[in-house]
Amino acid sequence: MENRDFLYRRLHSLLGVVPIGIFLIQHLVVNHFAVYGPESFNKAAHFMESLPFRYALETLIIFLPILFHAVLGVYIVFVARNNVRRYGFFRNWMFFLQRITGIITLIFIVWHVWQTRVQIGLGNVELDYSLMEDILASPAMFWFYVIGVVSTTFHFANGLWSFLVTWGITVTPRSQKIATYATLIVFLAVTYIGIRALFAFV
Amino acid sequence: MAEEKITLIITRQDSPDSPSYQETFKVNYRKNMNIISALMEIQKNPVNANGEKRPPVSWESNCLEEVCGACSMVINDEPRQACSTLVDKLEQPITIAPMSTFPVVRDLVIDRSRMFDSLKKVKAWIPIDGTYDLGPGPRMPEKKRQWAYELSKCMTCGVCLEACPNVNSKSDFIGPAPLSQVRLFNAHPTGEMHKAERLDALMEDGGITGCGNSQNCVQVCPKGIPLTTSIAALNRDTNIQSFKNFFGSDSNY
Repeated sequence: MENRDFLYRRLHSLLGVVPIGIFLIQHLVVNHFAVYGPESFNKAAHFMESLPFRYALETLIIFLPILFHAVLGVYIVFVARNNVRRYGFFRNWMFFLQRITGIITLIFIVWHVWQTRVQIGLGNVELDYSLMEDILASPAMFWFYVIGVVSTTFHFANGLWSFLVTWGITVTPRSQKIATYATLIVFLAVTYIGIRALFAFV
Repeated sequence: MAEEKITLIITRQDSPDSPSYQETFKVNYRKNMNIISALMEIQKNPVNANGEKRPPVSWESNCLEEVCGACSMVINDEPRQACSTLVDKLEQPITIAPMSTFPVVRDLVIDRSRMFDSLKKVKAWIPIDGTYDLGPGPRMPEKKRQWAYELSKCMTCGVCLEACPNVNSKSDFIGPAPLSQVRLFNAHPTGEMHKAERLDALMEDGGITGCGNSQNCVQVCPKGIPLTTSIAALNRDTNIQSFKNFFGSDSNY
């Protein structure tokens, strides 16, 4: 349909933060319970698993928003002609990395959902500490998860920066610069939470 | 004393559809030469570095003082105006190529029609004609005039489109320059009366959502126009406009 770009692109930007960004933080914080031991993790995972309206929540807050964000995102990656070699400015690198991490994150999420949520749904595995312990026991898988998590948190934090521009919140160069530092802190904090949880399983 | 020579490696193209090729020329150096005067030397004596007589290199230029935007080309990998690019400040050999974002007409002559079409699309003008004398328009605050003046320096040179990763044959994005012009004409007290029309045009396909915030445009703009500030301001304006359109507003014009 004609002239739907504006709506779709604004929706794409919004969904990246609400609900996907919120979900990401929630997910990594719940994972972080692993730091306090298997029992603590199992308790938190069980609580999330037994939330009321679970399938509706999973579909509306996680699955559909990510699907939309991913499909339009791959299109956005496709229409760019990256030129960091000629124009090596900081923001141009961020533009390039946002697209690279978008693709890495998509591959990671597809794999991760297949390995965990789908297998749990099929009844092949149980959602508990040992599921992740088994997966992360393989060094290759462990580093795949590390790259996947860092890629996701970068994409989220840098996406937060462009969210602020897209929604007309940070207009002046000064506010955009401060937002760069603020989102850098977000990146470091969320990455710390995510990576520390991964190390708790090995 | 042997005359000092400068070397120019020029990307040439004989016609819009023919393949491009590189050709090297050596021209006599003069003090304070710019790229235009170097090209003029080739025009005077169109012999390439191998001593072959060749059709002279074609290029476009008008004002020769960096206000018309006609002589934009990629010089030593940087899109800029040939008139304000001084040979003394460049590394040798100097490479010169047409801006690849635009269709090449011949050699360094490019067709920037798409930019002028975009200005028409976003209505980058102020309608003041009536069937009678409409009298003077509203006054403009001096402070606003000052920043709007900066936006009015745009000469449609195309350098920002050349640097933008989202302006290419795969995308229909109109590029930073026409976006900033919408902010300019919306800032004008009379132009503001047609604000919604311009913002609606920006919300069409190929409009403001084509921006991916690489912010190359503001880095390369030869006139130092705050293009990314304009884009962010227009993001805010188009968002508000879309709400007005959907939910309704008495100040929707």
